[in-house]
Amino acid sequence: MSTATYKHHTISVLVVNQAGVLARVSGLFARRGYNIFSLAVAPTEDERFSRITIVVDVESATIEQVTKQLFKLIDVVKISELHPAESVERELVLATVKAAPEVRSQVLELVQIFEGKILAVGPDEVTVSLDGHPDKVDDFEELVRPYGIVELQRTGRIALPKLERQAPRLRAVRGKVS
Amino acid sequence: MKLTGAQALIKSLEMESVEVVFGLPGGCILPAYDPILESSIRHILVRHEQGAGHMAEGYAHVTGRPGVAMVTSGPAATNLVTPLCDAYMDSVPMVAITGQVGTPFIGTDAFQECDTVGITRSVTKHNTLVMTAQDIPRAVKEAFHIATTGRPGPVLIDVPKDVLQNTMDWDWPDSVDLPGYKPNTRGHPKMIKDAARLILESHQPVIYAGGGILKARAAEALRELAELTGIHVVTTLMARGAFPDDHPLCLGMPGMHGNYTAVTSMQRSDLLIALGSRFDDRVTGKLDGFAPDAKIIHVDIDPAELGKVRRPDVPIVGDCRLVIEELVTAVRDLMAGGTTAPDRSEWKARISGWQEKYPLAYEPHVEGDALKPQMVLETLRDSAPDDCIVVSGVGQHQMWASQYWKFNHPYTWVNSGGLGTMGFSVPAAIGAKVGRPDKMVWAVDGDGCFQMTAQELTTASMERIPIKVAILNNSYLGMVRQWQEMFYDERYSEVYLSPDTPDYVKWAEAMGCVAFRAEHPEEVQIVIDKANEIDDRPVVIDFRTDSNEKVYPMVAPGQTNDGIVVPPFQEGHHGQGGR
Ligand SMILES: Cc1ncc(C[n+]2csc(CCOP(=O)(O)OP(=O)(O)O)c2C)c(N)n1
Ligand SMILES: [Mg+2]
Repeated sequence: MSTATYKHHTISVLVVNQAGVLARVSGLFARRGYNIFSLAVAPTEDERFSRITIVVDVESATIEQVTKQLFKLIDVVKISELHPAESVERELVLATVKAAPEVRSQVLELVQIFEGKILAVGPDEVTVSLDGHPDKVDDFEELVRPYGIVELQRTGRIALPKLERQAPRLRAVRGKVS
Repeated sequence: MKLTGAQALIKSLEMESVEVVFGLPGGCILPAYDPILESSIRHILVRHEQGAGHMAEGYAHVTGRPGVAMVTSGPAATNLVTPLCDAYMDSVPMVAITGQVGTPFIGTDAFQECDTVGITRSVTKHNTLVMTAQDIPRAVKEAFHIATTGRPGPVLIDVPKDVLQNTMDWDWPDSVDLPGYKPNTRGHPKMIKDAARLILESHQPVIYAGGGILKARAAEALRELAELTGIHVVTTLMARGAFPDDHPLCLGMPGMHGNYTAVTSMQRSDLLIALGSRFDDRVTGKLDGFAPDAKIIHVDIDPAELGKVRRPDVPIVGDCRLVIEELVTAVRDLMAGGTTAPDRSEWKARISGWQEKYPLAYEPHVEGDALKPQMVLETLRDSAPDDCIVVSGVGQHQMWASQYWKFNHPYTWVNSGGLGTMGFSVPAAIGAKVGRPDKMVWAVDGDGCFQMTAQELTTASMERIPIKVAILNNSYLGMVRQWQEMFYDERYSEVYLSPDTPDYVKWAEAMGCVAFRAEHPEEVQIVIDKANEIDDRPVVIDFRTDSNEKVYPMVAPGQTNDGIVVPPFQEGHHGQGGR
């Protein structure tokens, strides 16, 4: 995966937990021609709201338009752009990897190095899970690829601002409008 | 108090002071049509749901109050998509109510089911499917709030049939709770100071007034700013009337078919004060050559407009009226402190030079030829009261109407700017007349446009809504013909209509209108006078106009505004852009 050629921005969008809100958000991306790289949605600690974490490939000039357009959705309550250096990012991957007896120990070793878990073992395959920074997940994917990936599913990244000594520099875009 | 959902819906509309609903009933919305019989709300029965939508828009344009359209599910809801998109593009406050199949049938491809909320999501400011009767009042209150505040726009409420039939406990919410919706109306004080300073420093400023001025009811504030600073004003297609055309500082319409002075003064300006305008491509021409030396002050209630097209030097998010008023105060304060604007007499002389050299003009009528459309409009204009409302279709006639009418009052010009919807004029004129029955309303329409929604003249006759329609019948899809003439080597493809089929006079008469035809210049004034005397039914005039006439000036697509082309008889000077 040539992630390096894209300019990723992670935006965290707090939305009112309502039917159709995901369609609104994803529809806006489609209509305005912005590309979603990954997307994760789940309820938050406050059941009225859900958080959508979107990784979008755009130039910095347009990320401003993306957030401003998103803000126009009535169900969008808050948007934060999370800068990699100022946030913790995680992603989970499940992968079924070819692991014939001759190479099985090598595969298991890799999983161990990456602090992954073995979820199931078949005669020639293992299913593993691991989580971590998306870069780490990328590295794992690269390293197991030569053994043969049967199936792989990533969750897309989720992120929260880092806790620092000073208040986290959340780039909240203020001025919620129409 | 126990009410049915349908009763709650109509009562909620009454609570929102709705005086008129444009609509057409059918299966799923049927329950809501029963309480209409007892309601104080006037219902206007349209002949096509698109008409209901454009009527609601016309009503909203001239009154500033949200227009309401109510239709049934499926094909009726899809018929409403065009006006919703039109209202979305032109920021027109509108509430649409659509029937939906009963909740148990949703998702089953039931008869006349369609995913109305899904289909209209991208053409509404907001939309919602109401799933219980109890939620109806809140949904209506929120819809009106969202449609009319911030940047106005259309909101759709989709109501399943069983939700209309079920009972609920009537409860009108006293406030709305929308945690994600807080429009910012006050401009940032520092930005306003910066803007005032820039205004007083600039040598060649132009105010670029857009439709936001009208939405914010800021015409008076704009006038105060212009007069205080002595800065000229261009009014975009959406802002015609926002600043009086007879004012010495008014330069008229900019853009692809704007007049030479409006276009060129923007091109050469060193400061553009964009107020409720959005740097539309029809105004800017080729973007990288647009107003190359201008700094930009951009005021808009929608933060997404700031920097969307052209990065402003001073962005101000806020309501146009409030911001302009504060801008006026800030400029006054600076002036009181001794700051003076530079001598702008040379700039003003250049402006009046352009005005003198390149006025809007057309070649005189030649004996035996069809009518000059511009002459028809001038006669219409000079025979109408100063505050007459003009509603246009889309095409050459729209541009001529905008160019040749003198709009001296706000809310007297209604048109489809952003979407450019043929068929807008007749229904929008009906809506406008319903909103302002005290005013004369002229629809200026094309023969092509007229054929798209003319059936609403039956509505107008039956409901006694006496609009007047001037068809500039050039027997062509004229604007498309003009492009084929200029950019496709005169290869005319599928643009010829026919001057005689349909027979517009007979057709209008069949719909209960009075109708006239004018073919010769001397008939023009006569039929207009006759039309202006009729006030109890709609009137239609079939003006036979010259198919060869083209709209000038013109900035060809893909060109910068410096390449503005004036009519051939003014030629020899075009393409210099005022340098
Ligand atoms: C619904 C719709 N279809 C097509 C167009 C493209 N279009 C723009 S102007 C025009 C011609 C309009 O013809 P007419 O109403 O006769 O006006 P004229 O230009 O001749 O004054 C057309 C087809 C449009 N704007 N809207
Ligand atoms: Mg025509």
